[in-house]
Amino acid sequence: MTYAIRVNGLVRTVDADGNTPLLWVLRDDLDLKGSKFGCGAGLCGACTVHLDGAPVRSCSVPLAAVGNATVVTIEAMAGDPVGRRVQAAWMRLDVPQCGYCQAGQIMSATALLARTKQPSDGDIDAAMSGNVCRCCSYRRIRAAIHQAAAALAGEEQP
Amino acid sequence: MTAIRAFAPSRRAVLTATAAAGGGLLLRAVFGPPPARAVMMGSAAVLTAYIRIDADGSITILSKNPEIGQGIKTMLPMVIAEELDADWKDVRVEQAPVDSTRFGRQFAGGSWATPLNYVPMRRVGAAARQMLVAAAAQTWQVTPDTCRTEAGVVHHDASGRSLGYGALAATASRMPVPDLAAVPLKDPRNFRIIGQRIPGVDNVRIVAGEKLFGIDVTVPGMLYAVFVKCPVFGGRVARANVDAVKMLPGVRDAFIVRARDANPGGQPEGVADGVAIVATTWWAASRAREKLDVVWDEGATAEQGSEDFAAKASRLGRGAPAGFLRRDGDAETALKGAARVVEAAYSYPFLPHMTMEPQNCTAQVGDGKAVLWAPTQYPEPGARLVAATLGIDVHDVTVHMTRAGGGFGRRLRNDVMAEAAWIARQAGAPVKLLWDRSDDMRHDFYRPAGFHFLKAGLDPSGRLVAFRDHFVTFGRGGKPADTAIMDPNEFPAGLVPHLDYGQSVMDLGVPTGPLRAPRSNALGFVFQSFIDELAHQSGQDPVAFRLALLGEPRVLPHSSLWRNELRDFDTGRMASVLRRVADNADWSQRRALPPRTGKGVAFYFSHFGYFAEVVQATVTPAGAVGVDHVWVVADVGSQIINPSGAENQVQGAVLDGLGAALGQAITIDRGRVVQANFDSVRPLRMNQAPPVDVEFLRTDRPPTGLGEPALPPALPALCNAIFAATGRRIRSLPIDIGALKA
Ligand code: FES
Ligand code: FES
Repeated sequence: MTYAIRVNGLVRTVDADGNTPLLWVLRDDLDLKGSKFGCGAGLCGACTVHLDGAPVRSCSVPLAAVGNATVVTIEAMAGDPVGRRVQAAWMRLDVPQCGYCQAGQIMSATALLARTKQPSDGDIDAAMSGNVCRCCSYRRIRAAIHQAAAALAGEEQP
Repeated sequence: MTAIRAFAPSRRAVLTATAAAGGGLLLRAVFGPPPARAVMMGSAAVLTAYIRIDADGSITILSKNPEIGQGIKTMLPMVIAEELDADWKDVRVEQAPVDSTRFGRQFAGGSWATPLNYVPMRRVGAAARQMLVAAAAQTWQVTPDTCRTEAGVVHHDASGRSLGYGALAATASRMPVPDLAAVPLKDPRNFRIIGQRIPGVDNVRIVAGEKLFGIDVTVPGMLYAVFVKCPVFGGRVARANVDAVKMLPGVRDAFIVRARDANPGGQPEGVADGVAIVATTWWAASRAREKLDVVWDEGATAEQGSEDFAAKASRLGRGAPAGFLRRDGDAETALKGAARVVEAAYSYPFLPHMTMEPQNCTAQVGDGKAVLWAPTQYPEPGARLVAATLGIDVHDVTVHMTRAGGGFGRRLRNDVMAEAAWIARQAGAPVKLLWDRSDDMRHDFYRPAGFHFLKAGLDPSGRLVAFRDHFVTFGRGGKPADTAIMDPNEFPAGLVPHLDYGQSVMDLGVPTGPLRAPRSNALGFVFQSFIDELAHQSGQDPVAFRLALLGEPRVLPHSSLWRNELRDFDTGRMASVLRRVADNADWSQRRALPPRTGKGVAFYFSHFGYFAEVVQATVTPAGAVGVDHVWVVADVGSQIINPSGAENQVQGAVLDGLGAALGQAITIDRGRVVQANFDSVRPLRMNQAPPVDVEFLRTDRPPTGLGEPALPPALPALCNAIFAATGRRIRSLPIDIGALKA
């Protein structure tokens, strides 16, 4: 059947089974390939998007459950004041190794910083431990979150 | 001139220069293979470089090897740009197409890229710079030695003139081509790009979520496929309800695929028996899979299981080995005469690669030609495999290498390419084949499990005088399987007067293959843990015991499997990193740690790199293991090319090793893999990832690679820390926290 969902500020019409996970709607119907498939079971966070601002695993959200909620993906982060800072910190600290998990990491980190301006290491553990990085770039992810928080607080390092 | 010797100095080298459209300079360098006597695994590659300098000053460097997260796409261009004296911001890196006739061997593995390419790529950059200087000198009618370069500009200081590389490119293309073997190189003290922290060239696109990976490829008219294989390795389809599956929503086709093994009798390679479902979306194919009923003919491997392997191994381990890898002196007699004898049995499990991006490939097949888009570490054998599978000429196979979401050795195998090609031909449409996580976990080429039965003798002064290992491994017909081998020179061979390495082989139907730091990722755990036991048994400091074992600085032949000088083991280099890591980790103060917190040390030499590591771990009363901190000291030669990438590789490898020790095993039950996803094989997560301090000691040796050698010592250093914290010795992986309760 046909669904109209709000994705990255646009209303998009999709003709798909309501059980289809949002991840596959984004990737294969809407050609937004930034959100990644890792486990299909809510165990890795590679598919993380924002649903009304909250980080969710899009592999585990059926299309029919999206309703009127706003879906925001990695492709829209450059236009997001927090997301942009997070992306900049990711580049400055050279976080990615293979890079495959990083869209999901950035989505989780952005959601964290939108709620918690100066996250502690404990906050980072709590918000980020659902995102697997098989290359184990965790030390840099943590540093980049702290750096983005500092940048957002107006103390950007030179 | 630099003091560093070229790794393969006598390669024949040819540089050609041509004019590029629009007034540019196009350079191509080819370094032939080294002479036969210098050939060793991996090094027989032909090395190539392509550089284009355009009139606008932009410099394009082709990156020919696959990028799997090891940073090659940034590192090799840095080396060229350094000697070219380019401004890094003018440099663009493009992924080269797969074409062995133009690019030589294109692969990612064995931490080979740095040792092979460091000097040759510097020479290419230096030659290009020399041609640009010659062009400027001719333009100004001065001698080249009165000109200098800096950041993409040639200067003639005496007259105050300068010209950018872009303006000189057309003239440079007509200059004589320098002799690559003779072109002078920079003094490393004057490096401006090598040694800088340069971020990955694809980072901008990665953080934006652009389409870079194999899974992101789309081809017009493309369908999606899942491929269901027998859970038992080598099993066949007896029958399947493909006609019913074909009727399901979105399904375009469903068919049985018969095994096409390109390597009969050996490791399976190519297409396994299974059922392909082709649909308009991947999700539709996945849903249809839930309705698929297959009756499998499971075959002989269904008799095999991890429990039986362990029982059989311990029976074999108690007896005499089937053969010996090495015998020095008389271990039997020396053990009888030893003041103290220590005996222990160690084991480690099968491990998956679980690359973050599951195996996938997009294929278009028609008119006797195949085009594939694949995240692969080794595209050329992939093309050959596809050609053999389809029965077409390899020249009719085109492979586009995409960025790969992790490799770790998994993508040296191209089974998914063969499957995609076969399914695409049968479906009569371009097909993207994507494995789900359970396919990926259950159809891997696993790090082989192994069992070691060790016995060592110490003399009255606590010196190690006798050492014996009976290695029980896997294979077929007495011959070890891929990667299930041990080098006769494995440490501590050569350092103990009386030593036996025996081996027995159990039959295995499970495919095996290289996983990041193959062999070493398992043997490091065994030998560095047992050495630690010996230190404690003889009442010695584990660092001091190891230093005494290493003895005077000298070079021992390390590998008898692949001889070359970089693989020889320099005990002095290892002693240096070991002393240094003990200092950095405040080793001498370790007794002041709180209860149930301890420090452990280990070292390992692999992939030409010397690594010593200290782990501090705390074990809760319930047995949970937390890693507090890791200190790493490494010696990988004279130069760290990109400190940012280098640190990423070392931290990543160390944490990868800790993750494997803490939560990863593949168990086999009735010929099939029990685990399916990240809940049963647990990757390390953020809340488990400790700080990892990394220091590189610089030595006057050729720079070597970092993709792998930091991993092996991490596991034994952790296990040795757990012993220091709890008095419990970990002799089997993964760590059983139930056994660590207070
Ligand atoms: S793919 Fe959604 S959590 Fe792993
Ligand atoms: S960078 Fe490779 S999985 Fe995170």
